[in-house]
Amino acid sequence: MSDINLPFRDHHLIQGIVRQIQRTVSKPWVLMEICGGQTHAILRYGIDQVLPPEIELVHGPGCPVCVTPLEQIDKALAIASQKDVIFTSFGDMLRVPGSSDDLFSIRARGGDVRVVYSPIDAVQIARENPDKQVVFFAIGFETTAPANAAAILQAQAQNLGNFSLLVSQVRVPPAMHTILSSPSNRVQGFLAAGHVCTVMGYWEYEPIAEKYQVPIVVTGFEPADILLGILKTVELLENGKAEVYNAYPRAVQREGNQPAQRMIDQVFMPVDRNWRGIGLIPLSGWGLREAYKKFDAEHRFQVGHIQTHESPLCIAGEILQGVKKPHQCSAFGTQCTPEHPLGAPMVSAEGACSAFYRYSRIIRS
Amino acid sequence: MCLGIPGKIVEIYQQGGLKMGKIDFGGAIREACLESVPEAEIGQYALVHAGFVITLLSEEEARETLQLLSEISALDEEENL
Ligand code: SF4
Repeated sequence: MSDINLPFRDHHLIQGIVRQIQRTVSKPWVLMEICGGQTHAILRYGIDQVLPPEIELVHGPGCPVCVTPLEQIDKALAIASQKDVIFTSFGDMLRVPGSSDDLFSIRARGGDVRVVYSPIDAVQIARENPDKQVVFFAIGFETTAPANAAAILQAQAQNLGNFSLLVSQVRVPPAMHTILSSPSNRVQGFLAAGHVCTVMGYWEYEPIAEKYQVPIVVTGFEPADILLGILKTVELLENGKAEVYNAYPRAVQREGNQPAQRMIDQVFMPVDRNWRGIGLIPLSGWGLREAYKKFDAEHRFQVGHIQTHESPLCIAGEILQGVKKPHQCSAFGTQCTPEHPLGAPMVSAEGACSAFYRYSRIIRS
Repeated sequence: MCLGIPGKIVEIYQQGGLKMGKIDFGGAIREACLESVPEAEIGQYALVHAGFVITLLSEEEARETLQLLSEISALDEEENL
């Protein structure tokens, strides 16, 4: 297979970089990888186990399924239960527990809930089903926003009156401010999420590095990419430098993907968003602009008053801010498992709890 | 979910008002939207997320990063001699 990423899994390279990290580190450092995809790669390849003991990796909030607020999930459940609605979503969302239910059970009770690979597929479903209302659950970080914007622009161009988005779009930089200004913060350096930077670039991180005096390294997803990100972060920390470094130049440029940013900007505007487990973060998300409000599922459907109820055992907020590790949750692996999740981080392919469970980082007392 | 998957562009066309393409992921061909990469050409590597190409991948930058990685590893071997 001709895969541009394959050489970045080379064992020889990986071992060489691990040794270079060992030689570089002289004192303890706490690094956070923002992206849940990287959390899973780190545990899958055992990167956490080959690092010198001085380096502690804590897992960040970059799990879109995990941070989608409970009230949005409850709204999704309310809309998906309605007659003549086809509710479309990424597969991961189906098992995320709402206050009293999940999308899976709505489907089991006869609701038309469909898993799609892309919001553009949901537009296609709307075209093919003119007598149904088709709703796409538009969750995700900056990486997913261009696809959601494209879906709206297409629905607009084709004058589709039966397509709408339930939007829960979030952005990384405001969450980094929240983490860094928290009194319980331990993070000293960041691996920035490579694919978010692919879209947005990394210029937005420069003032964060400056303000909080933390190095931020744009990092890819293959084992050698992640280790290079760690090495560069440690080098910057050891040299007392709070800079932004791009360790993923094959996919990321400082300015990001400008056509993608223009599409996002055309359709969305910055809004306050609630993050599940974390709370309200000002201007941390995107909502549909006035001109596209007719595609907003929250306007199209009356979902009534939503009263949310979160499991009292779940400490997802602390997990998502890197304050606690999954095995420090009393429900981890007992009341909460991937088959019976109490919180979203146990469901998602990017959630830290599911990664710890799957790769057996289970430390039982 | 932010796991962009790299694949090779094998076809480019217009559909439903959008620039679309077929991407080869090591044998599996899927459709993706190319609206954000107007400069895309057949044969280039694209990073696809949620059915949308978020960037083209630079083979030259990939080589340079690999070069950097081998130099770091070689440092290590020199010291071990
Ligand atoms: S283990 Fe389950 S209950 Fe505990 S924090 Fe993770 S998702 Fe929540």
